Formats: sequence, structure tokens, C-alpha cells
Amino acid sequence: MADVILESRPDLHVDLSGAEISQQDFPTEEMLVNMGPQHPATHGVLRVVLRTDGEMVLEAVPHVGYLHRCAEKIGETLAPYQFIPYSDRMDYLAGMNNNLAYSLTVERLTGLEAEITPRARHIRVIFAELNRIASHLIAIGTYGLDIGAFTPFFYAFREREWILDLFESACGARLTYSYITIGGLSHDLPDGFVDRCIEFLDYFEPKIPEYNDLLSYNHIFVKRTANVGVISAEDALAYGLTGPILRASGVRWDLRKVQPDCGYEEYEFDVPIGEGTQGTVGDCWDRYFVRMCEMEQSVRIIRQALERLRGTEGQETQHKKGKTIKLPADEVYYEIENPRGQLGFLVRGNGSVIPERVKARGPSFCNLGIVDKACREVLLADVAAIVGSLDVVMGEVDR
Amino acid sequence: MSWIENRFEEGLIVTSLDWAINWGRRSSIWPMTFGLACCAIEMMAVGASRFDLDRFGAGAFRATPRQADLMIVAGTVTFKMAERVKRLYNQMPEPKYVMAMGACTVGGGPYFKNGYHVVKGVDLVVPVDIYVPGCPPRPETLLEGLMRLQDKIRHQTLARDRWSGAKEAALEKGEPAATA
Amino acid sequence: MAPEEIAEALKERFGDRITDCVFETAHPHVFVEAEAWPEIAVFLRDDARLRLNVLRCISALDMLEDDQLVAVYDLYSARRPVSRNATWMMGPSCCVKIKVPRSDPHVPSVAGVWPAAQWHEREAYDLMGIVFDGHPDSVTDAAGLHPRRILCPDDWEGHPLRKDYRFPMEYNGIPAVTELDQTRPIH
Repeated sequence: MADVILESRPDLHVDLSGAEISQQDFPTEEMLVNMGPQHPATHGVLRVVLRTDGEMVLEAVPHVGYLHRCAEKIGETLAPYQFIPYSDRMDYLAGMNNNLAYSLTVERLTGLEAEITPRARHIRVIFAELNRIASHLIAIGTYGLDIGAFTPFFYAFREREWILDLFESACGARLTYSYITIGGLSHDLPDGFVDRCIEFLDYFEPKIPEYNDLLSYNHIFVKRTANVGVISAEDALAYGLTGPILRASGVRWDLRKVQPDCGYEEYEFDVPIGEGTQGTVGDCWDRYFVRMCEMEQSVRIIRQALERLRGTEGQETQHKKGKTIKLPADEVYYEIENPRGQLGFLVRGNGSVIPERVKARGPSFCNLGIVDKACREVLLADVAAIVGSLDVVMGEVDR
Repeated sequence: MSWIENRFEEGLIVTSLDWAINWGRRSSIWPMTFGLACCAIEMMAVGASRFDLDRFGAGAFRATPRQADLMIVAGTVTFKMAERVKRLYNQMPEPKYVMAMGACTVGGGPYFKNGYHVVKGVDLVVPVDIYVPGCPPRPETLLEGLMRLQDKIRHQTLARDRWSGAKEAALEKGEPAATA
Repeated sequence: MAPEEIAEALKERFGDRITDCVFETAHPHVFVEAEAWPEIAVFLRDDARLRLNVLRCISALDMLEDDQLVAVYDLYSARRPVSRNATWMMGPSCCVKIKVPRSDPHVPSVAGVWPAAQWHEREAYDLMGIVFDGHPDSVTDAAGLHPRRILCPDDWEGHPLRKDYRFPMEYNGIPAVTELDQTRPIH
């Protein structure tokens, strides 16, 4: 027993050549450890039951459903315009993106999508990308908190408060907006919004290198996240993973490029992927760093959208029929790229105002399926790092 | 502390002790991290730098109920989660307070109709001291709720304490059981 | 590949196990027989023209008028680009539906073909009651061998998304109504 090599952590190497250890000295038993549903590091009400052999986790089984709020049943009783606030509360960190997904699905079903004005389209992109930045900021801040770094959390929330001020000036709410609705938006932009947005972007762009100095290349952070929880590209596609997790495994797949809507084909932006710079392709550090890079790209998109907003003043942003539209006896399934992955809605109508079936495909629900596979033969502390890097929001896991 | 509670009538010593103890209790309410859903994000925002909760003495969020004073139930309570909420409440040592944050915990919230898996208000599961409405409540609202709880604690007294045998003592005397 | 071509390729290989095709809709789909589904799934994933390697979503529909439940599978193909810096492209995408009778809804599980199906099938059982035979995470209880519930608690009764579902009045002692004189939950 000269060397102990862990398959999952090739960078750790313990040399026991001088020691005399026999099996009888260390009798070990397996232990079942329960993590959650109330736990500081599980990002909501997630319960993970771990079967461990000492510090090494042999199997991790996630249990979900502690936040099942019957959104799909409620969707069968409300008109689309009334369901928008419930779509907000699914992935509560990306309310604008959820609203956009549901609105686009219903607009596709009813044929309204051709009647959305360019102004509404550009504003939708601006708010969706601002919400992407806000969502990634929370992901980064809480991920640092899970690993044990308290400061990035406060910095991230400081930046996020700026964005929430912008949102509050537009629609009055800080978290659950219901701003993007069927047929356009619920209100037009307030005066001075464009200038304040540009002010925020000028303030925020130099902060990203600051975060990299503070957290991304921090020696302890890298040691805890590099080479941990590696997910290969084949596994990622087979398990239906989407979003930054898929991109971190080396798959340059972004639904905004593959299936552009709202005018995304006119914008220039890159799709960052994980390259294994600190460890292996598809480890936790890659998943974290892809989110940092995506924030930079979102800033780029917002600047372009603000440019395009010039000259569209006076266009209608609310559609007359948005509130009372009847759904045809047909169904449609549509997905968009949310900060956490691809959020899809299947809406089936039967000729009346109220849909017959609303099914939400939450990206975090599909992303959590990889926990069992990714948390085999890792150390106990790595489970928190892996679950944190998946950036799940239980609202859309349980709906 | 329980030997002193509910034993003495209110007088000079008890009221002075009251003042000191209540000052200590209300100025260092340590909440438990019990964020369930969207309201948890606003709770985190209250703990962050703009709406600093630490200046009220309540900034030390404890992950374990054994060290916490206040359970801020932030988010929808479902039937699957309700048993755990009760268990965590039982694990908290006294004096303990519960704040129902958000419309879902106050009375079911937007899931009141057709929410088959939602408990219509967390007071069906644990006794609640403060109800903070909103969906989600603004951070300022949460701070107002905390200040009202501090007021409630300010008016507590050792002579009529609600955690240790108050009900039995009142029943013995033949009075209706009072709550602080 | 257009939906018609995919249906053509399927019919060529499986003949009349493909029971129906619907193209004049915003969600073109084919209906297949439940028993043939595992073979068809492997064909969809491995055939050189299709290579549908991503399972997007499994939805469950309740057709009360026809006394049927429908399982809807949405699939697409993620194609690697030739050049290293280009974005991946979407190949063919397809939707497969399986109709089963409401009284005996059994569909073979495809969790072995697309691991993404594991959680989706558990959810479809939990909320709609479609039993997926051969699911790796199955349990046996009063209702037989079925996938383990995922969203509702393990001892929940009924399948909530069915159109004839009756809401419970209480669960384990916690009331589901807020007023004492309510005889049924508000819905």
C-alpha cells in the first residue's frame, strides 16, 4: 500500500510508503448523512442524503419537492395574462427571463409574435440581460459563501442593488416583476432610464476584473473548485443539462444563437465555454468562470440594445389584445435561454381564454439529475462545492 | 432562568430585571437561516450591505436552530416541508420568536386557490409572533417587522412569561391563560 | 430535417407501430405504440441521420374526454461543429407522443436510453399517474410497482394534475383549509 490515488482527484497524492498500516487498524462503517432541507449551503430546500465512508461520499441522492407549489395546476385555471406572476416565482432570481419564456410561448401559440414592436423587443432584451447579470451575481456571491468566502457576497449584492433600482423604476418591484407580458411589456420605460442604465454599465464593467482578483484566481478558491465534480460533454448532453453547466463542459451551445428570438440574431456576442484553465474541462471552477464571462457578454448585448432603442420612441409596447386573447385548440412547446439553462413551456389551449395544460420544464430540475453521478467518490466538502456550482433554484425544480 | 418566571408579582426588582433582560434580548435577536423561496432572497438582501441588518444586532444568521432566537419563515411552506418546520421550531431553545415573512406564510399567498400542496399560512404549523406581508416584502418592510418584534419584546415581563408553565400557572389561579 | 421526413424515416423502419402523425400544428408530433417505444427510442438516438441525443422534456397530458393519458417526449439533436470556435448547431428535432388508457397507464421507461428521462418520468408518474415500467428508481406499494414519487411526499394520495383530482382536506394533521366551516378546499 505505497500510494493512495483517488480517481476523482488526480492532483492529490498521498505517499504512505514508509507507514505500516493494516486493515485492522481502521475499521470503518458507512454512514448516512442527511444534508438539508434546511442547510446553509443547499440553495434552498434541497435535501441530499449522502452515504459516506468516513469523509468520502459514495452516493448522493437528492430529494426534492419541498417547494412544490402547484404552478402547473394553477396554470390550468388562469388566463395567460394572470399566470405571468406565477412564472416569476418559479426561478425567482430570473423573473424577467421567466416572464419572457411564458410570453413568447403564448405569443407563438396565438400568433401574436409578429405584432410585437421593435421597441418592445429591444426592451425585452435589455431587461432579460440585466436579469442575467443580476442572477449570475447572486450565483457567484452565494457560491463564494458556500466555499467560505464572505466578502464577494456583499460585493455581488451591492452591484445587484443597482440593477434592482433600475427594475424598480421600470415596474415597481424588486424581485417578482411581471413586467414582460403577453404582447409586449406592462409599462413603457420611465424617463431617464437609458442614461441610468449606461451609467450602471460603465460602473459595472471594471468590476468584473475586480471580482477575478478577489475570488476567481484566489488560491484557496481554486484549490476547492478545480478538478472537482467533472462532468463530461457526453454526460452533460445525455442528462439534458443546459445553460452555463453545459457550456462549462466544453459544449458551445447557446439557445440565443441556435434559435434566436426577440432580435438576438442582430446582436454580436460570444458564447464562453469552459476550457479547463485551472483544472479539467467541466469542473466547478469552469462552471463558475463561465458565469463571469457571460456577465461580460451580457453587458455587451445591453449596450447594443440601448443603441438600437434610439429612434423607436413612440412605438407601442403594450398589445391591445394581450389581456383577453383566446388560445386556439393547439399546443406549442418553446424554450429560451435562462441564466440557469433552457426554460421551456408547453401550453395547450382548447379555444377558450384559459389553457388546458401548462407544463414548465425547469432547467434546474434537469440539472439536478447529475448530482448523483457527479458526487461519487468525492470528499464531503466537495458536495457543497458541486451543488453550489450547479446553481439550482428550488422554485423551478419543484415549480 | 425558569425558576424566577411566573413566580413573582410585578414590582421594583422584577421590572428592573425586565428592562435589562428585554434590552439584551431585543438588541441581539439572532435569526436562523430558514429561507425557503423568493422571500429568502429579500432576507439575504436585508442582511447585505444596503439594508444592513447587523446594525439592529440581528446580523448573525445562525444555520442551526440550537443557537437561534428568531425563525424567519421566508417562503412558501408546503405539506412536505411542514413537518420539518415544526421540528426545527421544537429544536430552538426558548426564548424563541417566529416571524412569518411574505404573503405565503401569512395566509397562503398567491397559492391560496388551487394550491393543493401549500400550507395556507405557517401559523397552522408553528405559533407566529409577527406577520410581515408582501410578495416579497421590501427589505424596509422586513426591518419594520423586526422593529415591531423588538417592541413586543420590550413589553415582555418575567412575571407572566409565556414559555415556562404560564398556562398551568394561570389555570391554577383560575385566570384565563395570558400570552406575553 | 422536416417533421415529415423524420416521420418517413420512422415509418420506413417501424411500419405500422407508428400509429399516427400530425403536422398541421405548431407542435408536429408522431404517435407510437407503447410496446415499441424502447426500440424506437434507441433508433432515434443512434440513427445516423437523426442522432437525437438530447431529451428536452417529458410532459403528461390528461385527455379526460377520450379516457386517455398522453406522454409527450420532446427531443432534439445537438451537433458538434466542424471548427472548434463555432457554436454547436441544432439538428433535427422531434416530438413523440404515446397514448395509454387512463385505467391502466403503462409506458416502458427510456431511462436507459436518455438518462435525463429518470427524473422526468418520476415527475410524470407523480403528477399524472403514468406508470413507467422498468424505471431504475421504482418502489412497490399498494399501487404496485411504480417509479418513486419526486415532488409530492411519498405517502401522497392521488395524482394532482388529473382533471378529476379531489383536493385533500388535510395532510398528516395539518389542515388544508383555513376556516372551520369549510367543507372542501378552495379551488
